[in-house]
This record gives sequence, C-alpha cells and structure tokens, in this order.
Amino acid sequence: MAATSLYELANPVRFERIAARAFPVSLIAAALLGAFGLYFALFNSPADYQQGETVRIMYVHVPAAWMAMFCYSAMAISSIAGFVWKHPLADVAAKETAPIGAAFTFLALFTGSLWGKPMWGAWWAWDARLTSVLILFFLYLGYMALWRAIPDKTRAAKLAAILAIVGFVNVPIIKFSVDWWNSLHQPASVLRAGGPSIHADMLTPLFFTIGAYVFGYVALLLASMRNELMARRLARMESASAPSPASLVER
Amino acid sequence: MPDAARYTVTLAACDLAVARGGRVIVDGVNLAIEPGDAVVIRGPNGAGKTTLLRAFAGLLTPAGGEVVVSDDRQRVFCGVLNAGKPTLTVNENLRFWAALYGARVAAARAALGLEPVEHRPMRELSTGYQRRLGLARLVLSGRAIWIVDEPTAGLDAASTTAFERLLAEHRARGGAAIIATHEPLDAPGARTLELQP
Amino acid sequence: MSAFFAIIARDVALAFRAGGGALQAVSFFALTIVLFALAVGPDLALMSDIAAPVLWTSALLATLISLEQVYRPDREDGSLDVLAETSDVLALTAFAKATAHWISTGLLLTAATPILALLFNIEGPALWPLLLSLLIGAPGLSLIGSFAAALTAALPRAGLLIAIIVSPLYAPILIFGAGAASAGAAGDPQYGANLALLGASSLFAAIFSPLASAAALRFNLD
Repeated sequence: MAATSLYELANPVRFERIAARAFPVSLIAAALLGAFGLYFALFNSPADYQQGETVRIMYVHVPAAWMAMFCYSAMAISSIAGFVWKHPLADVAAKETAPIGAAFTFLALFTGSLWGKPMWGAWWAWDARLTSVLILFFLYLGYMALWRAIPDKTRAAKLAAILAIVGFVNVPIIKFSVDWWNSLHQPASVLRAGGPSIHADMLTPLFFTIGAYVFGYVALLLASMRNELMARRLARMESASAPSPASLVER
Repeated sequence: MPDAARYTVTLAACDLAVARGGRVIVDGVNLAIEPGDAVVIRGPNGAGKTTLLRAFAGLLTPAGGEVVVSDDRQRVFCGVLNAGKPTLTVNENLRFWAALYGARVAAARAALGLEPVEHRPMRELSTGYQRRLGLARLVLSGRAIWIVDEPTAGLDAASTTAFERLLAEHRARGGAAIIATHEPLDAPGARTLELQP
Repeated sequence: MSAFFAIIARDVALAFRAGGGALQAVSFFALTIVLFALAVGPDLALMSDIAAPVLWTSALLATLISLEQVYRPDREDGSLDVLAETSDVLALTAFAKATAHWISTGLLLTAATPILALLFNIEGPALWPLLLSLLIGAPGLSLIGSFAAALTAALPRAGLLIAIIVSPLYAPILIFGAGAASAGAAGDPQYGANLALLGASSLFAAIFSPLASAAALRFNLD
C-alpha cells in the first residue's frame, strides 16, 4: 500500500465508501473460513494421542489467544498513530478495537477453562499463559473504563492513547514476570524456531480458524467504526444549532 | 526582578481559536500586547473568557491559530481559584510559590497586605483574604504578563483599589495584563474588548 | 532544582496535615493485615508462612487508595496550573510528585512493617528480606500509580478507576516483590534474582512513568 493511501483512508468520506464495500467481503470471508476451519477441526483432523478429542478446543482457543494480543497491538499502534500523527481515524480505530480485543481475550479464557477441565481436572489452573491472558483482559478493561469515564471525547482519545501505549510497553514485562512466577508451562509450539512441531493435519484447521478470526475482527472493527463515525456526525448535526463561536471585538 | 529593571515582553495572538468540550467557542482572535498594556475582556457568562485566558497563558492548546510570546517564562496565570492549599499557612503557601518562581515572599506579602494573617492556615481566611493571597502570586512571580480571571471578585472596595494600584505599578515597570472581569476596573489607558457571539 | 525539593516538601507536609492521606494509608495497611488474619484464622504458623504475600498485597492496596490524592487536589484548586507554568521539564515535576507520594505512603508503610511483622511472628534477621523488598519495590508502586493518577487528574471520583487501570500494571512488582520476600525468608537462592528484577522494574518505572505522567498532565490542564 502506498504511503499516500493511508491518508486517503483517513478521510471519513472515503473511509465510509471503502468500509461499506470491505465490510460484507470480510464478513463472508470470516464465515467461509470459519466453516472450513470448523469442518477440519471437528471432522478432518486427528485426535491427540494424549488429550484425545478435547484437543479440538485448541482450534478456537489458540487463535483467540493470538487475537487477544494482536488486537492489543493494533490498539497500541492506532493509538501511536492518533497521538503522534493526529491521524483522524486512528483514535476511532483504537477505541473500537478494545471491546473486540476484550471479547477475544474473554473467549481465550473461556475456552482455556473448558479445555482445562479435562486436562487439569479443574476449570482453572494458574498456568502462566492463561494468567498472562487474564491480566491482558484487565488491561483491556482499564482502557475501556478510562474511555467511558472521560466525558470530553477529544481528551479521552489522547489520555486513552497514552494508557494503551504504556500498557503495550508493559505487556512483555508482565508476560515475563508471570512466566517467572510460574515456570511450569508448555513451550510455545507453533511459532517455535525450527518450524511447527505439532502434526500438519492439526495446522490446517488452525490456519483456517485464525483466518476466520482475523476477518471477523476486520468486519466487526469496520462496522463499529462506521457506527462511531455516524454517531459523531449526528452529534455534530445536533450541535449545529448551538451558538456560533464568539469573537473578540474592541469596544 | 530589581525595581529598576523594566519588562520588555510582548505577547501576540494570531487568528486564535479555542475549543471547550470539543466545540470551538471563540475564534478569530487577534491581539497584540506591548509592555505597559492592559486589556480588559468582558462578555457574558459562558462566552469563553476563561478558556481564552488559559490559551493566552499557554495552559490550553489552541484549536487554531497561535499565541506568540517573546519570552515563554514571563506569563503568570491567576484563575478564579487561588491555587493555595487550605491546610498550609499564608506564609507556607507564599514560600512554596517563591521556590517555584525563584522569587521572594516579602514584597508580595506586603503588597497585598497579608501580614496580619501570615501565620494562619488559608482555610481560616475570609474570601477576600483568600483572593488577596491568590493575587499575591502575580506580584511574587515577578513575571511580565499577568493573565487574571475575575481578580476583584469577592474583594471589598479598599482591596480592589489596592489591586488597581498594583496593576498600575506593574504597567509602569513595563508589565502588561490581560484581565477578564464583570466588575468595574479602574485601569487608565486599558483597552476593553468584548466577547460577542 | 529547589522547585523539585519544594514540591516534595509541600506534598509530604500536606500528606501529614489534617485531611492528608499518609496516616490513613498506614492505618489501612494495618487493618488489611488484621482482616487477612481474621479470614485465615488464629494459626500463627500459617500466618507466618503467608506473611510476605499478605504484607505485600496490603502495602499495594494501601498505596492504591492514596493515589487519588496525588494530582486531583492540585487540579481542583488551581495548583496544577502553577506547577505547569513554573516547570521547565514537566516529567521532573511528575517525578517529584511520585517521590513525595512514596515518602508519605511507601516509606511510611515500610517503616511500619517491623511492627506489623510481629503479628506474623517475624522478627530479627527474618525481617530483612521483607524490608529490603518493600524499600526497593514501593517506589515503583508510587511511580506507576502516579501515572494513573495523572491520567485521571480531571475526574472527580477516580479512586476505583485508578485501581482498575493500575492493578494489571502492578503485576510484575507484586510478583518480584512478594517473591523476593518469600524467597529471602525461606533461604531460597532465587532471592537475589527476585530482588534484582524488582530493582529493574522500579528503575524502569522511574524512567518511563514520569514521561507518561507529564504527557497525561498536559491533556488534563484544559
């Protein structure tokens, strides 16, 4: 993508035109990839020799955990863009990414808990990765709570952006400290140096579901950004009846 | 600043616009302040006087245009709030400000007639004395451009006259002031500007 | 530089005057410990096993409740404008504010710890890991916490919001701090490593938190 096109996208009218077309496309893509993914996950992939059929929870759990982190990164990068370059749509993107990211985080925790019951014999174990995801969930909550608490939306955008950036800088530190706190965790298996170690038949549904999640995120983000922009336009129209700015005149 | 020294600081607002709650409430402000100038800003409640003053003071980022000061560290803002701590005594408040502005306490304390209450905590003072303490910071700062919101609200006639005298002395030394007020203010040669919708 | 120390001196003085938060924070610290004991039961052996996590969590909570006092009063009475217009480097002013908060809460809590540790049957040399970890970690709590206070300076009832914002950011300091105190008490070789990581966390906060606080304060002046 050329550098100028980002700024063209920043134009709300142009954004609206592109989003109106991209929304159904990403929604359909998410549905198709999700359907393929679930088919492979449920019917066309092997059961794990240790975990049996419950391994299939992985196909919804692992991408959700990735998306939790992906959305937080997207939020932080949008915040930087909004803060440093005063990119008009970046603040909106950051704000609207938060609840979606929080939902993915919750999904990761929920499916992790479901997966944990047969694996650990309990709905929750203080596993390092699950605990990190739980703290990430609270980071999302803090960000959303700050947005809601500040009535002036221009100020809220700036302050929330600072919090998102600070949170993003702290994520690796929190991750490290939780790993330190609980060094009994499985090594990351898919993104390991030297290639994936899990069975290739398990990767196919995983890649489909991650695709479905990414397109699902894009669709939800576009829809909520359009909503937010419309709400702002409405607010502007309502305030159009407000008195025009005063000026200073010599008396 | 020694008495002999004269201020030479200027301030200019160029096509300034300020916003409150995301909405532009004042725009197209052009103003030039030279040493010795006084500008009195009047206008109805809610017109944006305070917001405009904060922009002049550099505390608020303008929604448009700019404020140019020849010396950035020569503005002092005194809002409606007196910026003192209720549990600290008058002297403690003054000493804290003196440390921040790199100034001395005695002249400002005398100028506003605060000696009788100097050892009392601010919360025990009358409204008028609290305002005098707030205004003492203008004198204490030794800065050239006073930006003051409702300086004489809550002051009796004698205190108002005392403030007017201090303002005159400040201008005689080359100082300048931008004052928003609803009350009559005796400031010879001051320009009066009105915020009109 | 005199402004830097004047800010610290004034904030510490205010914290100890009527209505200041210092004594409230240390009372809250003691009360939380008693509440823990009431919940756990009168088993001194069990209590001394969980002394480090209980004292650390209580110290963290006591820090948390006093954070609202860091910037909100200054913003409400106009002092924040004075700090802003006299500050050469706003981050340095934020650093002074955080330091004052540490002196009036963190340092005070650390000083109260030898007495409160008696409630856990901890005394003598067993006290050192606890004190050392609080001495190194509590400044980090004040630094990170004052950033959340700066973010919410313009909000009237931000206590709960500050707690929600800051708690996840406190995770590393709590882990390394309570970890160091526990490891030290147990004679665990991880003691030094925990202490070093705790020091690194506080140092990291000392560098970045004033910068972030200053950025937040600029938007809370309007």
